[in-house]
Amino acid sequence: MSAHTLLAEAGCHIQHDCAFPAPGLNSFDFKPIFSIGSFDFTKPMLLAIICMLLVVGFFWAAFNKPKLVPGKVQLIGEIGYTFVARSIAREVIGKKGDKYVPFLASIFFFVWFMNIMSIIPAAQFPPMSRFAFPVGLAALVFITYMYLTFKTHGFRGGVKNLVWIDGLPKPLVPLIVLLEFIQNVITRPFTLAVRLWANMFAGHMLIVMFSVATWYLLTPSLFAAVAGGSFALAIFMTAFELLIQFLQAYIFTLLASIYISGALEEGH
Amino acid sequence: MMAFLAEEGAQNPLIPNTAELVIGLLCFFIVFGLLGKKLLPNIQKTLAERHDAIEGGLERAEKAQAEANRTLEEYKAQLAEARHEAARITEQAREQGAVIIAEMREEGQRQRDAIVAAGHAQIEADRRQVTVTLRQEVGRIATDLAGKLVGESLEDTARQSRTIDRFLDSLDGSADAGAGNGAGAGAAR
Repeated sequence: MSAHTLLAEAGCHIQHDCAFPAPGLNSFDFKPIFSIGSFDFTKPMLLAIICMLLVVGFFWAAFNKPKLVPGKVQLIGEIGYTFVARSIAREVIGKKGDKYVPFLASIFFFVWFMNIMSIIPAAQFPPMSRFAFPVGLAALVFITYMYLTFKTHGFRGGVKNLVWIDGLPKPLVPLIVLLEFIQNVITRPFTLAVRLWANMFAGHMLIVMFSVATWYLLTPSLFAAVAGGSFALAIFMTAFELLIQFLQAYIFTLLASIYISGALEEGH
Repeated sequence: MMAFLAEEGAQNPLIPNTAELVIGLLCFFIVFGLLGKKLLPNIQKTLAERHDAIEGGLERAEKAQAEANRTLEEYKAQLAEARHEAARITEQAREQGAVIIAEMREEGQRQRDAIVAAGHAQIEADRRQVTVTLRQEVGRIATDLAGKLVGESLEDTARQSRTIDRFLDSLDGSADAGAGNGAGAGAAR
């Protein structure tokens, strides 16, 4: 439980001589559920494990014994699988992308389930707003990107693929090489991780903000009306987050496939 | 409160927590392992099989359609041929019929002509015979009559036959006029 929640539960309201317990970074730190030595097991870790079990469980139910004429669960699974295979892998990478569908599908569903945790009662926290989770996945995508680049083009071709653009005027070459290098090798993995993290971080922050404010403003006074507005916004943001959660999972997967496509591409 | 904030502020949110990193990656690898090694290949296979089943069905339907079309073409060709044949046979029959009719008409004409000719010949023969018979009869009767009238005076055969011939010639003249009329009427009929 984070500190501000405790403050709010303690009856911290406006006009009670209590400062607004503004949510901040403290909203993203949890007391460990248990500790083994210096290892603290916290709620985000628990959620990650639950999400892993949910994804595996769902796809196990859907695809363990697939039938030619699908049942309901299989059909839903197929829709999800086909979405990644067709709308992402095929669309971006083409026929060669079929090999990477399992990787992309795993990323998409793992990230999406993790994100949805943000608005599931009792969970109500997106693990992806802890930087370590998106960093891990972005690192995997980046390693895949680099591996495929050098595997496809060899060392020289790989480097060329990362920094070179054909048909440039001579004076621009050093500048573009530098920019391409920064973009492909530094910016890409960093933004991939930060984009997901920041979206989930901000989304969670907004929901917490309006929820806490609702509680804080809820006194038998005119402020109750404002509390109503705040509550409405909290509801709205929750619905909005549902969209963002899907969108961020989709974007993360889409970018991963774009990188893979770039690595497999013949020159550029 | 301030101490609490200060304590929290020390945490930089962009520094990943190692334990979380490890657990996050572990969870992902488990998902990736199961999905990538078992579950997604399963469904890929099923989808391919389904695709085959549907595609196969379509292929079979297409084949049947082609077969039906071919048969139809064959029937149409046969029908056209049969029609052609029938037309040809009809034409032939018509020609043959015309020939037969012409032949029969000719034959009929010929037979009619033959019958008519035979009739004519018969009539002629009859007439001749009657004429000869009559000539003899009339000659004899006339001679007898004349003999009876004048007794035995007319024994000279030469004079007798001359007289008879003269008589008969005059008789023939009138008879020919009558027979000519009769024959003309017969031909007209």
